[in-house]
Amino acid sequence: MDIFVNLTIAGLSTGMMYYLLSSGLSLIYGLMGVLNFAHGSVFMYGAYAGVLVFGLTGSFTFGIIAAIVVGAIVGYTMERLVISRVYGQHLAQILLTTGLMLVLNELIKIPFGSNILPAFQPEALQSSWQIGEIVIVKYRIFLIIIGLVVATILNAVMAKTKLGMTVRAGVQNPEMVQVLGINIKKVFSFVFILGSALSALGGILMAPALGAINPEIGLMYQMTGFMVVVIGGMGSLTGTLFSSLLVGLASSYTAYVYPDAATAVIVIVMIVVLLIKPSGLFGKGAE
Amino acid sequence: MPDKVILKVKEMETYIGQYHILQGINLEVHEGYVTVLIGRNGAGKTTTLRSIIGLTPPSKGSVEFNGEMIHGLPPYAIARKGMALVPEDQGIFSQLTVEENFKIAMYKEDKQTLDRKDWILDIFPDLKPKLKLKAGSLSGGQKQMLSISRALVNNSKLLLIDEPSKGLAPIMVETLANAIKQIKDHTTVVLVEQNFWLASEVGERYYIIDDGQTVQEGVMADLIQDKVLQKRYLGIGTKE
Repeated sequence: MDIFVNLTIAGLSTGMMYYLLSSGLSLIYGLMGVLNFAHGSVFMYGAYAGVLVFGLTGSFTFGIIAAIVVGAIVGYTMERLVISRVYGQHLAQILLTTGLMLVLNELIKIPFGSNILPAFQPEALQSSWQIGEIVIVKYRIFLIIIGLVVATILNAVMAKTKLGMTVRAGVQNPEMVQVLGINIKKVFSFVFILGSALSALGGILMAPALGAINPEIGLMYQMTGFMVVVIGGMGSLTGTLFSSLLVGLASSYTAYVYPDAATAVIVIVMIVVLLIKPSGLFGKGAE
Repeated sequence: MPDKVILKVKEMETYIGQYHILQGINLEVHEGYVTVLIGRNGAGKTTTLRSIIGLTPPSKGSVEFNGEMIHGLPPYAIARKGMALVPEDQGIFSQLTVEENFKIAMYKEDKQTLDRKDWILDIFPDLKPKLKLKAGSLSGGQKQMLSISRALVNNSKLLLIDEPSKGLAPIMVETLANAIKQIKDHTTVVLVEQNFWLASEVGERYYIIDDGQTVQEGVMADLIQDKVLQKRYLGIGTKE
């Protein structure tokens, strides 16, 4: 029982990090049809910015803010300078964003090198609670809470605001949104900034859980991020949340039973889901 | 005609990919009238509407709307100048509620707009009890009503409607005809229509489009009498 609870908490907290990484990916693909292979790099930049500012100021909150700001700036620059020129051209998007990923991953090595950079948990969250045999790591609970808060805010924005309405409408029919007098380019930029900021937030929150970061973490988690989006259904934030938690739990349990299969199980989950529902858990499919 | 020309299209040409779809469209739409664009399948009627509102921008020619050149502007900017489109596929956001479909279209939520929404709902009373439902759950006819209603909510000066009768039951086509008759007192309408009954029922002026060109224009009442023209360009052998 104690092991099950511990694995569940670990799985949920990892799942929440996947959610932060994937929700942006899902929005960006769902609304703009952009396959952004540089999304993981933003995750990594968020991690570096956050770890650095946390180290300098001693405040984890400042670290989080720095990550979000850097993520938003990198995302906006990327969208305006590069991605906005290749809307609707999938092959060009894949090639360009893959190129961007390589450039961003190399650029970070100039100041920090390719070695690992240690990432610490904030002092207040370093300890854990012990209930019988169950050990609850505070930082993991913190991750779950942050994930839930972000998911709640994001869902409220999508459900209640005109902007959210526009994004939901744009996912289905961007052309019609324009015909209704809405400048979809501005909405695209906003979604890109939002998605990138979320990814960077995922980066800084994941860093202390990993204990150290390196320029490759973005690439490492990006593939999982894409699989989470596919499992949940493109463009569905609820789907992404469920799928993130499912993937987090599946890899956590598997890591205990058969550690070598912890990554493979994500692929297996994806295959099973797609066999049953090709558009993903909450995907609407082609209408 | 002494009336004000609200839309003037001159020698408009449009390519889609390599295909030269429109090869010279000339239109003059008079304010307060229903102008019908008719022609066979693939003649370029839909592309004409899409080019006017900027979705498939013309490569040559000019589009003047309300005294202003609008060709080359993005669709949202053209829409903001007072033009609305009801596309062939209705363009309903099925994941949004009927109410949200209205809301997303509203530039302002002032009293005037809300009053206009009430007026529209009086024209299409079927939509009233469905406001909270997902638009995807509506029937084909109701979706068409929603699409037209949504286009009207901002007091647009010009409404472009693309084949509204497509796929609708005859009874719904009649409802639609009545609705368009009510709408035309408030806004100018350009209607693309294959259903000759609907076109003749609501249309006042017509343009025939053939092979991407406007080949004939005139008053609808004349076309209704002209069997030769109907047969040549529309393939209509007998009158309904």
